[in-house]
Amino acid sequence: MAFVQNLPFICILISLFTGPLSSILDGKTAKKLNLVMITAVGIMSAMVLAFTISSGTSYTYMMGHFPAPWGNEIRVGVLEALMATAFSVIMLLCIVGGSKEREEELESTKQNLYYIMANLLFCSLLALIYTNDIFTAYVFVEVNTISACGLIMIRQNGHTIEAAMRYMIMSLLGSGLLLLGVCFLYDLTGHLLMSNIKEQVQILASTGEYQIPLLVCITLMTVGLAIKSALYPFHTWLPDAYGYATMSSSAILSSLVSKGYIILLIKIFYRVIGIDVIRASKITNVLFVLGLIGMVMGSVNAIRENNIRRMTAYSSVAQIGYIYMGLGLGSEIGVIASVFHILSHAVSKALLFVSASGITCASGKNKDFASLTGAGFRNRLAGIAFTVGSLSMVGFPMFAGFISKFWFAQAAFENADHTKTFLALLVLIISTVLNAIYFMKTVIRIYTPATALAKERNYQNITIRQQAPKSFAMICFVAMNFLLGMCSEPIMKLIQSGLEMFG
Amino acid sequence: MMNLTNLLANYGEAAAMILFGIGFTNLLLQNNLIKKIIGLNIMDTAVYLFLALKGYIAGRQAPIIVDGVQSVEAYINPIPSGLVLTGIVVSVSVSALMLSLTIRLYRRYHTLDFDEITTMIKKEEK
Repeated sequence: MAFVQNLPFICILISLFTGPLSSILDGKTAKKLNLVMITAVGIMSAMVLAFTISSGTSYTYMMGHFPAPWGNEIRVGVLEALMATAFSVIMLLCIVGGSKEREEELESTKQNLYYIMANLLFCSLLALIYTNDIFTAYVFVEVNTISACGLIMIRQNGHTIEAAMRYMIMSLLGSGLLLLGVCFLYDLTGHLLMSNIKEQVQILASTGEYQIPLLVCITLMTVGLAIKSALYPFHTWLPDAYGYATMSSSAILSSLVSKGYIILLIKIFYRVIGIDVIRASKITNVLFVLGLIGMVMGSVNAIRENNIRRMTAYSSVAQIGYIYMGLGLGSEIGVIASVFHILSHAVSKALLFVSASGITCASGKNKDFASLTGAGFRNRLAGIAFTVGSLSMVGFPMFAGFISKFWFAQAAFENADHTKTFLALLVLIISTVLNAIYFMKTVIRIYTPATALAKERNYQNITIRQQAPKSFAMICFVAMNFLLGMCSEPIMKLIQSGLEMFG
Repeated sequence: MMNLTNLLANYGEAAAMILFGIGFTNLLLQNNLIKKIIGLNIMDTAVYLFLALKGYIAGRQAPIIVDGVQSVEAYINPIPSGLVLTGIVVSVSVSALMLSLTIRLYRRYHTLDFDEITTMIKKEEK
């Protein structure tokens, strides 16, 4: 076995152990440790990615000394390694970009606590990506929930505690359903390792036994994960949680945490149950419809919002709707488009949260639109970055969002079911128009000159150097947006080959 | 008729599902935060009851080797018990987190009614 094959396990392990270690460090050291850890994980994941690309297959890695049906396993292919690499880069930039806000908004004695949560969250994301054992996945879903709740409530005010409570209630409902589904599945198949479950499920499907319990399992797990990843109508916890938490928390939560659950769901579809059984169960139709409603309703709610952070949060509901719509199409190309959208939304939404924070900083920390007038002139880089993020979300050519919309449309065209094709295209158009309304409204607002207002309220101009970490994060995110938008071809190929070896 | 006999034979599992439903609705619909947390615990415990029932094989012993008996036939399936233990750890930590959030909200707003807290926060904003 090549040494590189050990790296996914080492990645999970170091992110797990740096969490508790941060509790005995002071804030600055904990931050450095966190940055070093994420960078190291990013480099190792890139090495794993290179290895899996060159070997062209996925491999399973035995944890401990017990072979397949008994022991625990992780499984690594191109898709997993690609996601781990992308998540490390985005996580790193979110942490760097929000460093100044965290120093201002968190009490100085609690600085290191933030990194405990961030490290554990990162560990659970990696574990969700790599694990091949369904019960391990459940445990790390819970680790993810608890640490995400910590990231929301670490900035102490009434809003965040209430948002954290709401988040916990909805997440626990979701994980309760997931746990019940996992228990049913164990009861039906007698296995906990994903590949072994699939063998048994295939036998059940071919003999036609236990069809109803199997359907109940699929529904429980899908609904559980849909609640956790804020699919419309289960999104009620999202706007408060993203809208009031500290900036890097919002960016991490919206761009990574909800995506971890979606990756687990894709894994359940492909590796645990098998995509043919999923298609036959028609659960994809439910996801398709809910995704479509989410695409419209998320945007409508965003239009009605008067707070830039909450508007960006509602836009996440719409974008999660896109991802579920792709999954709901039920075709291979739909899933590929969804996986690409996971990346492109992560990059654009994190950019929007970072640059929105830059814009509000130049407007006396006010988040309502009236105060933001002319903020694009007061903080030039943040203005440009917000415009790029908005254009990407709307689906302007050259940016990441355009490619995902293009592929969603392609997937809809090639769908065998013509009602789905029609509905998907129609809602794509409506949603794009709605996206354009609220994002362009904001962009026009921040580029409307308002020297009188700025003078009256004594708003300061912010140069690139005054916010060096944030500027670095914004420039990197803009570059990644361009990269995903201009050379999507190799990434699409990677996703495609990764999905082939995923099942 | 056939279905009813199945239900009666598996009365334990049926009870677990009813308990799960009770816990789930409580967690979702109760306004009182403490009652929500009780609902959460009922829900989780129902899953453990289900798992324990599924792992149990009538007439066999707990999977701890005593008197050197190593035959598989002597013991029940140990995996569900292991899953229950893991689940208990998770639900204990989640309950602790929920309780600590409840304490914080109570100190700030002097009520346990979640709707009332939400209204107060909205008023604060204005």
